[in-house]
Amino acid sequence: MRNTYVPYPVRIKKAEVATEDKQLKTFLLEFINEQEGEDFNYIPGQFAELSVSGYGEIPIGIASSPTEGNDLLFTVNKVGSVSTQLHNMNEGDIMGVRGPLGNSYPLSEMEGKNIVIVAGGFAVTTLRSTMIWLLDPANRSKYGDITFIYGARTPGLLLYEEEWRQWRESGQANVNITIDREAEGWDGLVGFVPTVCEEVAPKPDNAVALICGPPVMIRFTQPVFDKLGWQPEQIVMSLENRMKCGIGICGRCNVGPEYVCKDGPVFTKAHLDQLPKEY
Amino acid sequence: MADKILAKDKLGDFLGKLQADYEVYAPQEVEGKPQWAPVEESDKVLWDFSNTHTSPKDFFFPQTEIMMRFKNVQDHENGMVMEAEPPLANKRLLFNIRPCDAKAFQVLDLIFVQDEMTNDLFWKDKRDKTTLVGLACSDPCPSCFCTSMNCGPASTTGLDALVFDLGDKLLVRALTEKGEAVAEGLDDAAEADQAAAEEQTKAAEAQISSSVGMDKVNERSVMELYEAGMWDRVYENCLNCGTCTYVCPTCHCFDIQDETQGESGRRVRNWDNCMSWLFTMHGTGHNPRGAKKDRVRQRFMHKFKYIPVKRDGEIGCVGCGRCVLLCPVNIDVRRVVNDMNA
Repeated sequence: MRNTYVPYPVRIKKAEVATEDKQLKTFLLEFINEQEGEDFNYIPGQFAELSVSGYGEIPIGIASSPTEGNDLLFTVNKVGSVSTQLHNMNEGDIMGVRGPLGNSYPLSEMEGKNIVIVAGGFAVTTLRSTMIWLLDPANRSKYGDITFIYGARTPGLLLYEEEWRQWRESGQANVNITIDREAEGWDGLVGFVPTVCEEVAPKPDNAVALICGPPVMIRFTQPVFDKLGWQPEQIVMSLENRMKCGIGICGRCNVGPEYVCKDGPVFTKAHLDQLPKEY
Repeated sequence: MADKILAKDKLGDFLGKLQADYEVYAPQEVEGKPQWAPVEESDKVLWDFSNTHTSPKDFFFPQTEIMMRFKNVQDHENGMVMEAEPPLANKRLLFNIRPCDAKAFQVLDLIFVQDEMTNDLFWKDKRDKTTLVGLACSDPCPSCFCTSMNCGPASTTGLDALVFDLGDKLLVRALTEKGEAVAEGLDDAAEADQAAAEEQTKAAEAQISSSVGMDKVNERSVMELYEAGMWDRVYENCLNCGTCTYVCPTCHCFDIQDETQGESGRRVRNWDNCMSWLFTMHGTGHNPRGAKKDRVRQRFMHKFKYIPVKRDGEIGCVGCGRCVLLCPVNIDVRRVVNDMNA
């Protein structure tokens, strides 16, 4: 039986600085043993432990969609020793991946419904995965209208521009991209995510909303959805907490009885309302 | 298998025979305290002790454990060699483990081994290769409260065999196949010996003076308990020293760290504890359990509410009382739970 603590070796196929502040870098990882890539079956919303031997591991949401093939995409914020080392690594370097970990967005329960996706800052990663998956020809027809609302402070901090421009052009989704303040060369929406949500006013009828972003965005977006008549059961969120094992044992990421790494990271707002706010 | 009897003066032969198949460990006096050690002389095996100073959890979950070794070889076809530590080489036998400690391992089995993904092979390998021979308690100490925690002086959960100390002889009760292998070849016990063992257990149960109520803790919701006013009082004295977590047989939180030397290194896991501020701190500096109150509450809620909610009512405590004895500021878990249950 395979030891779940031992990572799969992967090669950095592509490493690109993703934002103008150079805080975020996007990595495309290729499995060294092809079969392990084949067997790495994940669903949008799941995460993996990125493992840099000698430095440690960090839990990062998977930004690629399984519909894109076996390579895995991650966008990593430079905050601690592992992520800093990762930012210093180059294309061709070898590292490890452990996963897929956690639950996922409830894609099958969302079938037949309108989908609203709200993202703020770099919390957009697993929602990129979700959008690619939803817009895949094999899946698109199973869902109703798809509304995508995504904001960052400046145009240079927006991730995955090529992708969201394509989603917009395809006409398959209502794509709303916003920045906090006017900026030169930006002719798109300007305003905070909650304000844009208010303007777009997604209807709660037969709909599910996936909302990910910094706490301040969540705090101001929630009342907008409440006012529009959304129920806590319809709102799905993804949490982050410090993690080590990633498989529900080591004891630090729990929110009440739920382990963010195993029972989450995806929870409905209704579920979170029953739990301590330890996230 | 019928209950067996072993004369105490034959213990040396008995353990010697077992040592052909197992590494045998038992509580002995080490540095003036009852502690687990390999058996070298059978007359050093303790009979008259309440429990070992620390729990035997490190037989399965060592304080520091190597998880894998790695070597950076960028020109190797695999790039980097990452190999899990090899499994345990020998079978082990823990002799005279107290029933509460054995019960703790049964609770931890439910956490370390849950499904295909949550399948801690380091834990499982050591559990599979270890036989637990318990020693029923005849003289529980005032800090014991096992009978309130789904356990008791002669609880058999998690044990392969249970021994009753009847003075100059031992009654050996096999409970599993592993236990039968240990008891094989011993003479059958007489009815009088069995009766003596039952009497002893009844007397031991009666001697346990502290009781802890869980009925209201079970009824109340997570949030009702979490928001209870009592936490404002409980946390005040706590030093966040973590002693309670290290001596606890069910505390199992760990950290994972990499250690390197040149191009090679190892990934180790170390006991960690929820009393530590760093335990939950995010990379951003945000800390979901940043206040001492949050961390103290977490420890008790985890044991008495979160584990029961997730594990079909199993409690993350076996009532061994070590934390009661060793807390430097006298925080008494029995009082805390009774307050939760008030």
